[in-house]
Amino acid sequence: MTAPAAPANPGMVTLTIEGREVVVPPGTNLIEAAKTAGVLVPHYCYHPSLPVAGVCRMCLVEVEKFPKLAPACATSVGEGQVVHVHSEKAREARKGVLEFLLINHPLDCPICDQAGECELQDYTFAEGRKDSRYMEPKRFNPMEDFGGDVLYVPNRCILCTRCVRFMDVVAQDPVLNVSERGDRAYIGKFEGSDLTHEWASNVVDLCPVGALLSKDFLNKARAWELDRAASICPSCSQGCNVTLELRDNVVVRIRPRPNMAVNQHFACETGRLNYRWINRRDRLEYPQVRTADGLVTASWSDAIAKAAALLTGTSRVTVLASPSLSNETLFLLGRLATQLGATTVTTVPRGHQAPLPGVPDLSLRAERAANHTGAALFGFVDIESPLASLGPDDILILADAAGLVATLPAGSTIIVIGTVLDDAMRELADVALPICNFAEEEGTFTNLRGRVQRFLQAKAPPAQVRPSYRVAGDLATAMGGGAFPALASDVFGVLAAHVPAFAGLSYRNLGLQGRPTAAPAEVTV
Amino acid sequence: MSLHAMAPHGHDQHADHRPVFTGARRAELDELLTRYPTKMAALLPALWMLQQDRGWVSPDGMAEVARELDLTPAYVKGVVTFYTMYHQHPVGRHFVQVCTTTPCNVCGAEDVVNAFLRETKCGELGVTSPDGRFTVIEVECLGACGFATPVMVNDAMIECVSVDAVKDLLAGLD
Amino acid sequence: MGYPHPSHPRETPVLSKYFGDAAARTLTGWQARGGYETLREALATDPVEVQNVVKDSGLRGRGGAGFPTGVKWSFMKPDGKTHYLCINADESEPGTFKDRELMRWTPHQLVEGTAIAAHAIYAETAYIYIRGEYTEPIARVSEAVREAYAAGILGANAMGSGKRVDVHVHKGAGAYICGEETALMNSLEGRRGNPRIKPPFPAVAGLFAKPTTINNVETVCAATHVLRNGAEWYKSLSNPANPKSTGTKLFSVCGNVARPGNYEVGMGFSMKEFLWDLCGGPPAGRTFKAIIPGGSSVPILTPEECEGAVMDYEGIQAAGSLLGSGGVICFDDSQDMVRQIARLARFYAHESCAQCTQCREGTAWTTKILERIRDGQGTMKDLDTLLEIADNMTGKTICVLSDSCATPVVSGLKKFRHEFEARIPKNRSSVMIPAFSPAAA
Repeated sequence: MTAPAAPANPGMVTLTIEGREVVVPPGTNLIEAAKTAGVLVPHYCYHPSLPVAGVCRMCLVEVEKFPKLAPACATSVGEGQVVHVHSEKAREARKGVLEFLLINHPLDCPICDQAGECELQDYTFAEGRKDSRYMEPKRFNPMEDFGGDVLYVPNRCILCTRCVRFMDVVAQDPVLNVSERGDRAYIGKFEGSDLTHEWASNVVDLCPVGALLSKDFLNKARAWELDRAASICPSCSQGCNVTLELRDNVVVRIRPRPNMAVNQHFACETGRLNYRWINRRDRLEYPQVRTADGLVTASWSDAIAKAAALLTGTSRVTVLASPSLSNETLFLLGRLATQLGATTVTTVPRGHQAPLPGVPDLSLRAERAANHTGAALFGFVDIESPLASLGPDDILILADAAGLVATLPAGSTIIVIGTVLDDAMRELADVALPICNFAEEEGTFTNLRGRVQRFLQAKAPPAQVRPSYRVAGDLATAMGGGAFPALASDVFGVLAAHVPAFAGLSYRNLGLQGRPTAAPAEVTV
Repeated sequence: MSLHAMAPHGHDQHADHRPVFTGARRAELDELLTRYPTKMAALLPALWMLQQDRGWVSPDGMAEVARELDLTPAYVKGVVTFYTMYHQHPVGRHFVQVCTTTPCNVCGAEDVVNAFLRETKCGELGVTSPDGRFTVIEVECLGACGFATPVMVNDAMIECVSVDAVKDLLAGLD
Repeated sequence: MGYPHPSHPRETPVLSKYFGDAAARTLTGWQARGGYETLREALATDPVEVQNVVKDSGLRGRGGAGFPTGVKWSFMKPDGKTHYLCINADESEPGTFKDRELMRWTPHQLVEGTAIAAHAIYAETAYIYIRGEYTEPIARVSEAVREAYAAGILGANAMGSGKRVDVHVHKGAGAYICGEETALMNSLEGRRGNPRIKPPFPAVAGLFAKPTTINNVETVCAATHVLRNGAEWYKSLSNPANPKSTGTKLFSVCGNVARPGNYEVGMGFSMKEFLWDLCGGPPAGRTFKAIIPGGSSVPILTPEECEGAVMDYEGIQAAGSLLGSGGVICFDDSQDMVRQIARLARFYAHESCAQCTQCREGTAWTTKILERIRDGQGTMKDLDTLLEIADNMTGKTICVLSDSCATPVVSGLKKFRHEFEARIPKNRSSVMIPAFSPAAA
């Protein structure tokens, strides 16, 4: 036997997939190798964040000189291999798998949440049979509540076992199993052991079909009605990349967006279900100023002027900012504070931690704020009772922080920058400036590891509401700080130029996967 | 065709479970654990002990085995439901398994099964007889094809059972 | 052979010599019959030499795959890692019942073979995985193991060799698929009996992720005799015309045949003589209609195809089937091939582990169509559908259970199509769909 020829690219493996040359590290499987050539190998049970199972048999490809079709998920690249994904044999095999999957599959598309984002629909439409020749009764099992947010519809299940592998290996809470054998098999659990794990709802996303459903999303919207925007989950400091999904300008679902450096493909239940507040209708919609008749609606220019007037003088100013405001807004509030000689504080709400053990450094974090790292970088000190020392002569700028303090200081001058104005605030605020929530503007957050990540605008803000960074900038301008840009990307440009930790970063190079800060050092603004 | 026995009428899955792995059984399990490098590998043998002592594998029994072997009950259940010999419900005092796979089928095994169903008064596969004595199921190849029709009654293998032999066979059981 | 019939003079009883001889079961009985001397010598021999003798003998795996045993053993290198030997006593292939007899009549033959094989593959621990239904073999082999430990044959210092050989009996719990070597390992580890994707191969990462060899009961029993009497002797037992299949094979004969039982003949035996002479031919007043020569997973042969066939790996392949496990299932002219093929499909549907889509759904679908045809509710189109399903089930799955279900369908339709067509009503444009049944078993 002659020795194998030296590899075309030393240290790498060179092969041909669908006529295109592919060069990848040794050990890469054929599905991943094909991706680099822009070729999708249809599959179900394979998932880059789960151990390989090789059971669905959908990814069978033709490799020249192999005696049988090879499962692409379980076959490593070989030097000089010639792989066909769309040869007749491979297509016939996939058509066969699709037929087998559909024989017991109920005709549920009209009532199934997965429709429009269903991989069984997609592949069948592309490559499946156009008619069914199955004449026998279909297998039937009743729907089951798996606990947490998850519903299981066994009739639709294709037994890819992604959910079982996720709970076993990634969540390390093996509460799901495959029960029974043969065509009687279904995903089972043990009575009393439910999907209560903080990260269990990921099985709903992992499920390629409508077998695992979110109870929260049940029957709320059709996949094709949804508008989607890339965003960052604001519920804690992990900074999981997510997609906000909206129907008619109302957020109906949050789903994870892949980012291998932060959350791989996953999001926790706390983050997922924490979106209803984004849609609340009882918003502060117009600027308000206090007159003899109480708070009245004013124009933006009047409201800003009134706030500036209040801020002019010798009184002590405290800026209490939410640790979930964007880097852009916090930077500009910091600028304002510098001009005023103001104290900058914040207070970070805390809760329990819940790690996802199978992924390095991924957890629901104790700090329940999107940007407490950014807040610290811009000089906002985290204090448990930030308003304890305020007196009647002090001025408080409350930047989206109303919900963070139990009681407001009576007698102080209060300028509210926020999204809502509750009854207490209505009594005490001198000026109220309405701002967008994070879904209504664009910006960046810095997560607990110093990763700067962009979030895009997902919905239109109501009425006269303005982006938070713009309001902060206008106030700073009104206090003599010079002009600030109107676009978030340009504000970030100013920020990056002035704050060493952000040096060299821009919206363009942040992209939608983010970048780390230079060094999370103390900075003067 | 019944792969598993069905729950007897009025059966309670959660009737009090007496722990199995105490005393001698505990010592036996401890010895068993020395034979394998993992606790999980003792699962099938542990389930056999449970079934031998309690007659069937109940949810509480599964939970006990899971605790002993550092497994989750859901995992244990997934394994139990895979294998046909673990009873997930109580069965009659005499668990009758008749092979009807092709080599025995061509030798009249189906007539033998029907004879058992008739004579035991079970009437239906997988259902325990009213007097609690018998449960009859069909099984796949028992590996005694040359001795058609082989029948297992609990742990005993009885070879060459003909339709005529069924009545006497049953008469010999209490 | 012996039990329950006396040995036929044309048999070559080597492994089956003591079937029916209760005295051979005990340690003293086995030693009186020359037992354990071969183990003593093997333990004093370098494993590579043991492997070479078995390689030379041409012994091939007797579980069904027919892979050369000595070559399989040679995959195991002295790498300092823990090695495992698994003895596959899960015998569940319909028509096969040879390992049962080997275990209940000559358990020490198995224990000795196991210890020899363990030594040959540098393993200190062997597990004998016996299917749960085999209560008597489990009892006999367990007792033999106990006796062997008590006599110092097994244990930390096997037969005073200074080498450790531990043998444990592990009971299965009812799953044909656990006879597949990787499913067996999963079952031993306390998992569902799911076959594993390969690579990795067992010799690299098998039981508990360590290098492992899995051998059939008959294989290691035969290996003992190879080592006792030499490779040349083993080759002399079989038909010299084909050196690729050597030694003897236990054939389990069952179904509609005059003298069912286990027969041990040299490889290369004439199938005509075997079926009509040794086994006594069909039952009185009947003729053979079909023969499955190697367990239910191999193609069905007609009696004419058997007449000219030679019983070894190559010979049965040339006749259009496979030697497989050597389970010879006989059907006489009173049998309904549609009914029996449907029953075979039902077996596979029962036993499918549920991992692969084609097998999980295809075995059940095939069964439902065949039973509908059996019950007079079939259409001609069903026959085409069956063949397409069979094609979709072949060569596409983790293990060959799927292919095994397709095989009787394909060979059955090829050779007995007339029986299927006869069941299909002539003037029928549509088929009655059976009533919806949520609890369909």
